[in-house]
Amino acid sequence: MAKELKLMKGNEAIAQAMIASGCDGYFGYPITPQSEVMETLMAEKPWETTGMVVLQAESEVASINMVYGGAATGKKVATSSSSPGISLMQEGLTYLAGAEIPCLIINVMRGGPGLGTIQPSQSDYFQSTKGGGHGDYQLFTLAPASVQEMYDFVFEAWDIAYKYRNPVLILSDGAIGQCMEKLYTRDYVPRWTEEERRANAPWGTWGKPAERGHNIITSLELDSAKQEVFNHKLQAKYRVMEENECRYEEIMCDDAEYIFVAYGSSSRISMKAVQMAREKGIKVGLFRPITLYPFPKKALAERAKQVKGILTVEMSAGQMVEDVRLATECNVKVEHFGRFGGIIPTPTEVLEALENQIIKG
Amino acid sequence: MNSDIVKPENLVYSRTKVLTDATMHYCPGCGHGTTHRIVAEVIEELGIQDQTVGVAPVGCSVLAYNYFDVDFQEAAHGRAPALATAVKRLNPNLFVFTYQGDGDLAAIGTAETIHAANRGENITMVFVNNGIYGMTGGQMAPTTLVGMKSATTPYGRNVELNGYPLRLTEILATLPGTYFVTRQSVHTPAAVRKAKKAIKQAFENQKLKKGLSFVEIVSNCNSGWKMTPVQANKWMEENMFPNYPIGDIKVEGKLVEGIGLDRLVVSSPLTVK
Amino acid sequence: MAIKGEIVIDRERCKGCGVCLGACPKSVIALSKNVNGKGYNYAEAVKDECIGCASCAIVCPDGVISVYKANL
Repeated sequence: MAKELKLMKGNEAIAQAMIASGCDGYFGYPITPQSEVMETLMAEKPWETTGMVVLQAESEVASINMVYGGAATGKKVATSSSSPGISLMQEGLTYLAGAEIPCLIINVMRGGPGLGTIQPSQSDYFQSTKGGGHGDYQLFTLAPASVQEMYDFVFEAWDIAYKYRNPVLILSDGAIGQCMEKLYTRDYVPRWTEEERRANAPWGTWGKPAERGHNIITSLELDSAKQEVFNHKLQAKYRVMEENECRYEEIMCDDAEYIFVAYGSSSRISMKAVQMAREKGIKVGLFRPITLYPFPKKALAERAKQVKGILTVEMSAGQMVEDVRLATECNVKVEHFGRFGGIIPTPTEVLEALENQIIKG
Repeated sequence: MNSDIVKPENLVYSRTKVLTDATMHYCPGCGHGTTHRIVAEVIEELGIQDQTVGVAPVGCSVLAYNYFDVDFQEAAHGRAPALATAVKRLNPNLFVFTYQGDGDLAAIGTAETIHAANRGENITMVFVNNGIYGMTGGQMAPTTLVGMKSATTPYGRNVELNGYPLRLTEILATLPGTYFVTRQSVHTPAAVRKAKKAIKQAFENQKLKKGLSFVEIVSNCNSGWKMTPVQANKWMEENMFPNYPIGDIKVEGKLVEGIGLDRLVVSSPLTVK
Repeated sequence: MAIKGEIVIDRERCKGCGVCLGACPKSVIALSKNVNGKGYNYAEAVKDECIGCASCAIVCPDGVISVYKANL
């Protein structure tokens, strides 16, 4: 498939991108609102075309551990789920990070806590960026705001995952997962050959040839002194990510007196609020973090210097707002506006919040 | 030493090269060491060292990956069958085995075990059952016998409080996805020979692609049972074997003759003598 | 011509569990009164009656016994 204009759901885009980006395997478990990912894969039968393996596991716990097993052989392996399922995967995620296994996880967020709702939400920001599991680790976290980005980020995730030997999380939400939009497909990337796998994953457990020692994939180190050294190594890797991989988008920020900081669906709503504000003569811009970890602190701090106030817009009780405050070091007023539990705010509400909490407040 | 006998050409038995030089951390007399050795010998005899990937559990054998000179993955507690499923599905030419204890396989990993078996994954599972959690200090396992003392059943396992021991191997034999299910032990030369034959069969079966092969090794835990190694083996024969009978349960996808409902369905608690 | 066996025990790796003692059909092995570097009373051959059957090595959990056999 070459570059082609298509109409599809965000969840379908994820599935199509996996096939087209040379993914070797997907392991998943149904949960609303992301079940179309596996449904699309099963309908496409990529095992007959690219050779990609697709398996419905018995639980999210099993899925994430299948990702561990498959990805630890140096294959490109993914799973997807939604908030409650991602909670179940936290054990696996910390093991993946601890064993430095590159892989891809997609969270199509829904409202919580607990079983919560099946409607869109963004209340898993802390879980995603602050380490939902135990130990000091980070997932590289990408936040798509369109069906096109759902598709594109899958391609990019493999490069990042392998560059840093780190799990990559695409943090989406039910709105982007379920909405249909046009997207341009990309050229197929063939799955790695056996030689490419071995070259890209010399650490992988793909069968020990006589010329090397056995490869071990583990996150266990009984010697705490060695474990501290390993933790330092992980932290050094995270600092490199923070230095080199921050991504963000700024819209109408050049002359802005106020900015919204929002990611994913909230950024789409905030963009509409920017337009409405500008029609009223209020100079507002949008700063959209694309990587939530690493968070684009420096760029935001720089932009914050020119503005009178910042409103973060999240479908949560206020999670990313903490990172915005840390980035701006309280040099500017930062407030949070959010609807949550599955409620999506309207642009009118967002603009009113800006006026009430920032401009008048 | 008689130099007329101790010559390379007269060597009839030595430690397999598929084991690394690392000294195993297991307690003296522990069946894990013997089980490791025969799995490694099978890998050597089949000539598959370069095509084998093992998956280690959490428990006493958590460090199994240090002892086998093959590529190895360390799973989270109980998840080894999920890892092995993906290793095999993505690398069908590899020989994939899990190595787990009773806490890992039959308690926290019950779901992964049953579903891997029921999907008929073409893998080999080695299950070491010593009726106790060894590594954490001898607590009750799902396989702890009724009346058996452990750190969390100091007055003996009590059905009202703790429920019944679980014979997961028999349960697995009833699933259509298992091709070979057997229970063995490694405490005598004859038992080791039989267990090794079973493990070899379980590895060879992967070539047939007819389902999962499962080898339980009923073993000892002299530290946890608070006995000498030799006493522990005797206690195992007297108490474990009547409740966990040794022998093949399912061969070539069919229940062995004589294995009937009375064997598969436990009607009375598995109890120490 | 007689079949004779001999075992070589890696004393430092032996944990003195004693499982090999009962496996030997000729009662060739005993635990030493001395200990190795780890403090274990290691196994040693105390009689010259080994037949090279390898039963001891087969049950050894630590794989510390090598077995030789020759027609003398």
